[in-house]
Amino acid sequence: MATFAPPTLGSETIFHIGSFQIRNTLITSWIVIAFIALGAYLYYRKSKKLVPAGWQNFVEMLVEGILNFFETITGDRDLAKKFMPICGTIFLYIFISNLFGLFPGFGTIGIYEMHNGHEILVPFLRSVNADVNMTAGIALISVVMTQVYGLTTLKLGYLKKFFVNPFKDPVGTFVGILELVSEFAKIVSFTFRLFGNIFAGEVLLAVIAFLVPFIAPLPFYGLEMFVAFVQALVFSLLTLVFFTMATVSHEDHEAHHEGREGSGHTSSRNVPVGQQINQIS
Amino acid sequence: MDKNLFVALAMIGGTIGPAFAIGMLAGKAMDAIGRNPEAASKIQTAMILAIAFAEAIAIYALVVALIIKFV
Repeated sequence: MATFAPPTLGSETIFHIGSFQIRNTLITSWIVIAFIALGAYLYYRKSKKLVPAGWQNFVEMLVEGILNFFETITGDRDLAKKFMPICGTIFLYIFISNLFGLFPGFGTIGIYEMHNGHEILVPFLRSVNADVNMTAGIALISVVMTQVYGLTTLKLGYLKKFFVNPFKDPVGTFVGILELVSEFAKIVSFTFRLFGNIFAGEVLLAVIAFLVPFIAPLPFYGLEMFVAFVQALVFSLLTLVFFTMATVSHEDHEAHHEGREGSGHTSSRNVPVGQQINQIS
Repeated sequence: MDKNLFVALAMIGGTIGPAFAIGMLAGKAMDAIGRNPEAASKIQTAMILAIAFAEAIAIYALVVALIIKFV
């Protein structure tokens, strides 16, 4: 019986350009980017028909579907259009790269190399989001853009959310500190939510394929495709909700302070989400 | 003692709470959809968001477990 080797936690270096390491996840992400760019180019090249058909029809349906969905979250078509380039890109990129990671050959075809005394398989390709660096990168883009949108729409009024005069409103000061901490907690939870789900999926598939090589892994592939969709949806949805929350002025939040101070940052974030939902209906 | 035991304990302790939270959230959402089926899409969106927040707690446990395991 062969020994079971779970996927490694970090990505592996395939080759170097100068001192820059080219890792297997980076190669996969280039393939995904090329795939998306090719799709966009095929749409761009053909002249647009008034009655769409084929690829043009599919792309327009996709973009319009995402835009309509975003409109139900932001409650405003213009706001949805404003946030569409970032949130829609995050959704499409994460979804497609998650699906790419399920192709046969990912994480299995490679060369054996010696690492710290044992021989491990270094795969040429690896699911993009099974690398903390990639998910941390997208999480940073999302959180930094939240601050940028907040500052550009509310100007300095955005900072009132974090810094409150302790002599006027001591409870508000404490809530402001929690808000500030929760901005950093967002990065961590964004990063590890996506990484954890995708990496756990890789390990799950490896374990099932090791225990029962035939038929049994099939339902788990279905599960992983579902997880790929849900995680892409959650990432883009949360980004969109944070963008929307950052562009709503502080006065609207005031009424919810009582419920917030209780327990940590998760409850402090849940309240605006509820408020978000109220706004929709 | 074996390191893996602590990893398992961290995951046990950290996933019970979110498991109940997600179950409760989904159950309440089902109730709401049953009462008002037209609002299903809005409820689903809100449910997925809330579940993502509950899941974040389990992810903190996962981070701790990974740190114990690999650091």
